[in-house]
Amino acid sequence: MIDTLRTSAEEAARLIREKEVSAAEVYAAYRAAIDERDPELHAYLHVCEDEGGEGLPIAVKDVIGTKGIPTTAGSKILENYVPVYDATVVERCKSHGLSVLGKTNTDEFAMGSSTENSAYGPTRNPWDPTRVPGGSGGGSAAAVAAGLAPWALGSDTGGSIKQPAALCGNIGLRPTYGSVSRYGVVAFASSLDQVGPVARTVRDCAWLYSILAGRDPCDTTTVELPNAIELPERVDLKGLRIGVPTEFTAHDAIEPGVRELVQKTIELCSELGAEVGECSLPRSLDYGVPCYYLIAPAEASSNLARYDGVRYGYRTPNATDRYEMYTRTREEGFGDEPKRRIMVGTYALSAGYYDAYYGQAQKVRTILIREHAEAFERFDLLLTPTSPTVAFELGAKSANPLAMYLNDLLTIPSCMAGLPGLNVPCGLSEGLPVGIQLIGPQFSENRLFAAGYALEQAIGFDPVPTRLAR
Amino acid sequence: MAIDREQLRHVAHLARLELSDEDLERLGPQLNDIIAAVSKVSELDLSDVPATSHPLDVVNVWAEDEPRVCLTIDEVFANAPEREGNYFKVPPGGS
Repeated sequence: MIDTLRTSAEEAARLIREKEVSAAEVYAAYRAAIDERDPELHAYLHVCEDEGGEGLPIAVKDVIGTKGIPTTAGSKILENYVPVYDATVVERCKSHGLSVLGKTNTDEFAMGSSTENSAYGPTRNPWDPTRVPGGSGGGSAAAVAAGLAPWALGSDTGGSIKQPAALCGNIGLRPTYGSVSRYGVVAFASSLDQVGPVARTVRDCAWLYSILAGRDPCDTTTVELPNAIELPERVDLKGLRIGVPTEFTAHDAIEPGVRELVQKTIELCSELGAEVGECSLPRSLDYGVPCYYLIAPAEASSNLARYDGVRYGYRTPNATDRYEMYTRTREEGFGDEPKRRIMVGTYALSAGYYDAYYGQAQKVRTILIREHAEAFERFDLLLTPTSPTVAFELGAKSANPLAMYLNDLLTIPSCMAGLPGLNVPCGLSEGLPVGIQLIGPQFSENRLFAAGYALEQAIGFDPVPTRLAR
Repeated sequence: MAIDREQLRHVAHLARLELSDEDLERLGPQLNDIIAAVSKVSELDLSDVPATSHPLDVVNVWAEDEPRVCLTIDEVFANAPEREGNYFKVPPGGS
């Protein structure tokens, strides 16, 4: 039996290829780990039976459609929804021999930063079960951290892959907008949503990304990658210019423990041969969150209009006419966070307010894109903390939506600009993981993996949660 | 700018959400806080800045009109709350 806490996907695949273990034994090892640890963590909403695949298993965030397997998006409104087709990313995984291990928990419709907005109850952080795993992809991040999956698919709109990866101590890539298909994925904010890999090592992350990425005729926003994805090997950062946006490291919201580890990592970049310098993205930090919380809810209010009780999903039994069926279905089916975002988005798009809110936010978005483009004239990559804090306690922010929104303060700006970002763990503060995010220009994933790998090797972070290490 | 109860009801109607009085009691102050926070975007004078609707430089993606395998009728209706023949059935009336 393999040690699911310590075996990388690359290593597990080698063991299968060299017939030291069978694919069924690997699948069974993860199932056993799930049976042992998931009752406490609740990383999974649904666990599958082994269908006899020949490759590795993979966990899939529950906003990603899986044929014949329930897909709820963490919402009561999709409680009994069973897709009749696979999302393109799932099809790609299957065509590479991967089999679905289960569906991981998420904030409802991927709206949140703690996984507490799931209609099916929160996921707990494997490093400390009194704390959140981050969100919205807390299920995928917790599953990978606790050895309940070798790797996982996540989705990221404003930080839903990177932030949970930071809080759970794993590697998460939010890919360049347009590089991974969203066909078959529950839509939240279509100008932002991206599917991406969550893994225990940078090489695993790069490998999984190479499986997912590329043009899909079913998603016309996707394009072919300009370069093939390479698994990183170099352990230095020579020749790389790394920019540190001063506002992103100096912000008041950043905890001292996080700041200290990020500072150490910046120094490490110099030691590894990188040319490190300061840069400035002032409006990205000041206006990123307000801009995001107009554009994402506006798009969400439009995307979530499809949940009307007509073609699939929940329908209220308490309606006498069609109008009541629409409004009660949505009242009973949606939780508070989707309701808040539908209300804000509808308001921002409504007659008389469109220009001041949605239209203005779209212009701010242009400013954010320009600021990042200017920084990339001088630097190959940017480095910032991923999350301003380590994992916080369950319930600490759930009564205050605005406080919750600020968890994504540092991840949102590059998402708005359509840029890729990679979370790499850089140490423990108070026994909890801290991560840095590396941000690059569009389609610079190979550069992110190369730098992430060199840092991963130099930092030597142990991704096994201390309380689970035996 | 504060949004009053009546405006919230109007927005809820536009979004086809039936919000109860308790919902409005709970969500109203939160929505006002959120709107106040996002209104920060209006501080910037951006009259000469173009809007971005999409961060990737792709326009007019064309595809050949080729027939291919699609879902069967039963697959299309597999998740339907109510079906009659090849129709989704809904309650009558209302708007």
